[in-house]
Amino acid sequence: MTAFSTPLVAQSAEVNVAVAANFTAPMKLIAQSFEQKTGHKAILAFGGTGQFYAQIRHGAPFGVLLAADQETPSRLESEGFAVKGTSFTYATGQLVLWSRQPDLIKDSADVLKTARFQRIAIANPKLAPYGRAAYDVLDKLDLLSTVKPKVVEGSNIAQTFQFVSSGNAQIGFVALSQVLEKGQIREGSGWIVPGSLYEPIRQDAVLLSSGQDNPAATALLEYLHGDKAKAVIESFGYVVQ
Amino acid sequence: MHDWPIGPEAWQAIGLTLQLAAMTTLTLLVIATPLAWWLSQTQSRWRAPIAALVTLPLVLPPTVLGFYILVLLGPQGWVGMLTEWLGIGLLSFSFGGLLTGSIIASLPFAVQPIQYAFEAIGKRPLEVAATLRARPLDAFFNVALPLARPGLLTATVLSFAHTVGEFGVVLMIGGNIPGQTRVVSTQIFGYVEAMEYTAAHWLAGAMVVFSFGVLISLSFLKKRSDRVMP
Repeated sequence: MTAFSTPLVAQSAEVNVAVAANFTAPMKLIAQSFEQKTGHKAILAFGGTGQFYAQIRHGAPFGVLLAADQETPSRLESEGFAVKGTSFTYATGQLVLWSRQPDLIKDSADVLKTARFQRIAIANPKLAPYGRAAYDVLDKLDLLSTVKPKVVEGSNIAQTFQFVSSGNAQIGFVALSQVLEKGQIREGSGWIVPGSLYEPIRQDAVLLSSGQDNPAATALLEYLHGDKAKAVIESFGYVVQ
Repeated sequence: MHDWPIGPEAWQAIGLTLQLAAMTTLTLLVIATPLAWWLSQTQSRWRAPIAALVTLPLVLPPTVLGFYILVLLGPQGWVGMLTEWLGIGLLSFSFGGLLTGSIIASLPFAVQPIQYAFEAIGKRPLEVAATLRARPLDAFFNVALPLARPGLLTATVLSFAHTVGEFGVVLMIGGNIPGQTRVVSTQIFGYVEAMEYTAAHWLAGAMVVFSFGVLISLSFLKKRSDRVMP
């Protein structure tokens, strides 16, 4: 009987969660175990952080935001749309230069100096932290002017990945979480860019004003701090403090 | 000169959009006219499936179109293989790719008004032409085409406007290259995502005014054609 299988909690609540698209896969797993453990329900919406920002400012009923950056949560805090002092880094993204072709990238940036690709996909640096990081790397390696004419920009890291995985761009800077499976790059070839070449891609979570009195919202943020959530996040190629 | 609320990148996008819309419209008139003529005359059993295929872009979400066009243009797609074999390389992320996508997405907006215009003419004028010993091609160019003028005008206006307003397809296959693939609709999307709302307002507002103007002018066209054709 279903009535007996629901966990016994004093009050189970629901929370709408706005999740950055790049965190889709880990968050689905985390929400599942969160619901099992607490009895609360997390209803997930996936999308661009900029789009969520506009929606939250116009009254969207989200209780928690898991952003793809740090600026958006802190901006919402200072504008009074989020609870001050509740933001924290839940994951730090890693950048990888990736190709679907097996032997194109030999675990270094050397391929960027060759003519072995016509197009390189990078996320729009104005919209996506992964794009900014990628341009940092090119700048540091002094390859920006060489590579620039071949760049195509995705509006977010998901579209950037699509450009590369469909083969329309031969290589691209994508999120490690997109190509990782069980700690290995699942297909093609890639170079995990050393963290010293770009600013850490910190993704912050924040409690939104409309989630202030929602027990499910605060419980979810607490759960994200826990070891079980951290293990899931790490297994998807993010770094956790 | 005072400061414009939108930057040079927006003007570049506007220029590119108009260029894309003009070339799409011209190409479509060449493709759509014979296709519409065939659809309006044929008794073939292929008529229904071909008509459905032509209408498909009207009902499919642009992201579906954009996704399949991207796959089609890619190295594993038919079009991609063809263009690579021809030595052109891949069409994705280029003006040619946007043009291909826009032609497919706007095809029903060109074919349908022309087809209805041809159907509205009826058999009579062409039979009269035949009795005057006009050959079919003669009859088409000197009788059918002039009578279908309002339909051709509507097709021209709609194809142009629809290409200007197209978003999903150009976003999916564009790659956001300034001056090559970044058009007005994707520029607005970029402004909104980057939280540059003032610029977004100006460009989006201009789009609303433009589309309103197009629809108004269409209703004028229709009024005139009502006078010409009963």
